[in-house]
Amino acid sequence: MALRMWASTTANALKISCATTKAPVFSLSRCFSTVLDGLKYAESHEWVKHEGPVATIGITDHAQDHLGEVVFVELPEPGGSVSKGKGFGAVESVKATSDVNSPISGEIVEVNSKLTETPGLINSSPYEGGWMIKVKPSSPSELESLMGPKEYTKFCEEEDASH
Amino acid sequence: MLVPQTKNIGLPLMNLMRFKGLPILQQLHIEEQLLRTSSENWCIVNDGTNDPTVVMGVLGKPAELLEIESVLDDQVPVIRRFTGGGTVIVDHGTVFVTFICNKEAVPNLQPYPRPIMSWSSSLYSKVFQGIGDFHLRENDYVFGNHKFGGNAQSITKNRWIHHTSFLWDFNVQNMSYLKHPKRAPAYRSARSHLDFICRMKDYMPRSTFMDKTVEATETQFSLRPIQLEAIRTCLEAEFCPSSRFLTNEELEAAAVALQS
Repeated sequence: MALRMWASTTANALKISCATTKAPVFSLSRCFSTVLDGLKYAESHEWVKHEGPVATIGITDHAQDHLGEVVFVELPEPGGSVSKGKGFGAVESVKATSDVNSPISGEIVEVNSKLTETPGLINSSPYEGGWMIKVKPSSPSELESLMGPKEYTKFCEEEDASH
Repeated sequence: MLVPQTKNIGLPLMNLMRFKGLPILQQLHIEEQLLRTSSENWCIVNDGTNDPTVVMGVLGKPAELLEIESVLDDQVPVIRRFTGGGTVIVDHGTVFVTFICNKEAVPNLQPYPRPIMSWSSSLYSKVFQGIGDFHLRENDYVFGNHKFGGNAQSITKNRWIHHTSFLWDFNVQNMSYLKHPKRAPAYRSARSHLDFICRMKDYMPRSTFMDKTVEATETQFSLRPIQLEAIRTCLEAEFCPSSRFLTNEELEAAAVALQS
């Protein structure tokens, strides 16, 4: 909490905009990467939102920030399957393709077709408009091995500090 | 008393493969397989390739990037490679240098495009020290504001590849197969291809460049020379690389789609 207040004060002092299309439940200032409550996170910087029978997957704010401007998103077809820890697609930022890995296993039930025309949604709205696939989890217990928001925040801080 | 070699103690191991005139498609196939199936670090240096070939990035659209009619008329081969980035035309005047690394191979390096690009440019800064105002400009290697090296990367969960095609020399006529891309670096400032690029041979002898690149790499890795034959049996027969030639039909369809 203290860190969030300090960050917010700093953001105001530096006149950095913290506007987002929808206020996240928990977030740090956009001086740092945003991490949302209610999601689970993989060490490879993907997020999962499990709601009822469906889990939505995308890449985190930390990831999109480090990748740079996303110019293309390669996604699988609905009806296919994903496996925990394995790649299901890729994003291209300038000069680089980067694999996107699924945090969980399951059947792909929907793919975000808007990303074809507007790949920049991954940058501008990584947790909302930039979602990538929706999956019917085949092993819901896999979600338990993922990180929660606080754990993921710490993971990102440690990763950035060590580089 | 013999003084033991200590300079490479503690450095991560990197396998070094050097080729001369290896066909670019074969180079790309080897690279993709090493990226996806090997757990070791690799440096590949290919001194030129055989035939002039257009090589597009994984997402390249031929109609936007190529003068397709000329490419088809002159039967210039076109490859779509597995890494990102732009379009180049390569031939015997191109020198290729590739690094394939585990994500922990370079200490304190985050496996993202910009840090990897920054790391590679610091390595080449050693190669070009004091020569030609070398630096990384946006994502290109330049002397001043003239590009002589183009980069591309692919980043997987635990590994990354960064490969570069260096214009040691080029054929002016070949450049006419390439269109001015929609997405160009700002420093290009709408210059034509020939005003934008330069030849490395005006700055450094070819063999000196390759030797200095290996020397610079040796400051960070313990290099182990490897011949392709030594690893051929280890390269999985079942692996299907994604880099491939585009067919005439695909290029013709792209030309038709552009016109409609």
